[in-house]
Amino acid sequence: MKFKPFVQKNRVFCLFAALALLLVLAAVFAPVVTGGVSPEDAVLKDALQPPGAGHIFGTDKLGRDIFARVIYGARTSLAAAFSVVLIIFALGTALGVAAGSFGGWADAVIMRIADLMVSFPGMVFAMAVAGVMGASVRNAVIAVSLVSWTKYARLARSLTLKIRSLDYVSAAVVTGSKTSCILTRYILPNVIPTLAVTAAADIGGMMLELAGLSFLGFGAKAPTPEWGLMLNEGRQFIQSAPWMMIYPGAALFVVVAVFNLLGDALRDLLDPRDV
Amino acid sequence: MTAKQLGKRLLQIAVVAAGITFLTFLITYLAPGDPVRTMYATAGIMPGEEIIQQTREAMGLNRPVLAQYFDWLQNCLRGDLGVSYAYNEPVSALLLDRLWPTLKLALFSMVLMLLAAVPVGMAQATHQNRALDYALRSLTFFGISMPNFWVGMLLMLFFCVRLQLLPVVCSAGDFKSLLLPAVTLAFAMSAKYARQVRAAILEELRQDYVTGARARGVAEWKVLWWNVFPNALLPLITLLGLSLGSLLGGAAVVEVIFSYPGLGSLAVSAITAYDYPLIQGYVLWISLIYMLVNLAVDVSYAYIDPRIREKRRGG
Repeated sequence: MKFKPFVQKNRVFCLFAALALLLVLAAVFAPVVTGGVSPEDAVLKDALQPPGAGHIFGTDKLGRDIFARVIYGARTSLAAAFSVVLIIFALGTALGVAAGSFGGWADAVIMRIADLMVSFPGMVFAMAVAGVMGASVRNAVIAVSLVSWTKYARLARSLTLKIRSLDYVSAAVVTGSKTSCILTRYILPNVIPTLAVTAAADIGGMMLELAGLSFLGFGAKAPTPEWGLMLNEGRQFIQSAPWMMIYPGAALFVVVAVFNLLGDALRDLLDPRDV
Repeated sequence: MTAKQLGKRLLQIAVVAAGITFLTFLITYLAPGDPVRTMYATAGIMPGEEIIQQTREAMGLNRPVLAQYFDWLQNCLRGDLGVSYAYNEPVSALLLDRLWPTLKLALFSMVLMLLAAVPVGMAQATHQNRALDYALRSLTFFGISMPNFWVGMLLMLFFCVRLQLLPVVCSAGDFKSLLLPAVTLAFAMSAKYARQVRAAILEELRQDYVTGARARGVAEWKVLWWNVFPNALLPLITLLGLSLGSLLGGAAVVEVIFSYPGLGSLAVSAITAYDYPLIQGYVLWISLIYMLVNLAVDVSYAYIDPRIREKRRGG
């Protein structure tokens, strides 16, 4: 499809895609956006300054510029959320397709593990794992991935079972196609679009969970600029310096909202029945 | 539920429960560092190498993993979850102390959530694709995308710091200290549920019995609340069970913000202090509660829905 008619037909989707792209660009080119202000430069005599001309979002308890920290925080949050979604998408699809196409004990083992993970309240387990492994963004990503892949595995499995019973797959089997060929040429291309839509819609939610872990102290460690961590630091200054929690929270809200809207728009675009 | 189904379900639960205990036990194995040293460190003691070795032997830490797991499981079944390193009290007693505040918070926020979500979803469904529907839809969208810890802090900033209506620290067990944490938890949840209520009601409104009732001249509000609403409520019951689980876990963040003395804030401090027995106890308790609630939901579902009940009796 040509670019212009596509935009005209899917205005909503293109708007949110452009906004999301803008956010990603702001994160990538953070030094340009902040005008060279470092998020970790502590100037103690400027501590706890309200938003004003010098610091448009104010400064925190160490005199660091909150605007710079919010912009650099986008790097941490976006990178972590994209990693989680990528991991659970790849892992869930691989395991789900394997379970669906091989059946037997592979199916039983994979799906029982998935059942087990579902029987835990996700956040509780993620908290315990991330906390015990030691606070870091990487461990938070691992913990959230560990509890979130099951949805993809179940979805991939049921799609695989449906596709496997279709005539063209039977035809491929009868004509002697290799299993690997059937998997990569017939099953995966039909499974991936649905899962990709799910993954896109999950970015916002994953970002919230990761920020929640950081907020509790089980994710990013100081002095990393990360929104959840900044909110936690701002909590102690809620009376004297409320801007310390208002701006990082607003940033998190805006980014999550944009990605949620993008996810919804993508689903409407690919699956118009569901409106 | 027939006896056979119940038996199958119970077997499933036994397997899941075994899995839960094993994973819970495994959490401490993920930990870097030595539990014995951590235990002494949290107690503020710096013992010599010999004492550490003796304690390892005494705690059975030199035995194979599976043997240790079965020891631990045996103690768990006897109700003995060990002694907390940090508090030096039995884990079960500590957890029991905090269980009721957290359950109270979860249940209260669910009530608040239903009070908000049902009217909103209902209004959306009856005004489908009209101005009110769109307005409420954007409102629910806000609810879903707002980080709940941010909502909690904004509420705190407004009601406790600016207006000074409520206490900043919710230490006491009174209603005032329950209010803001519950509203915070209910906020995001009601947005999610309003969408579900809307979808469920729209689905029911398409059914023949609605057309029938309307044709007989039954008043619209009667159709809505007497016929449509109870039917639309059914799919929500399963969701409520699942929500309780995420509430018990998600409450940790909110409990920390409001310094609410619940299981979540206890767990956070336990994890920060590497208090392994307490962490294990917490994960185990929450998971078992979650499992039992979902079982209760499944069983009640079969009894509430007359269609399932009849099918069971007939088949």
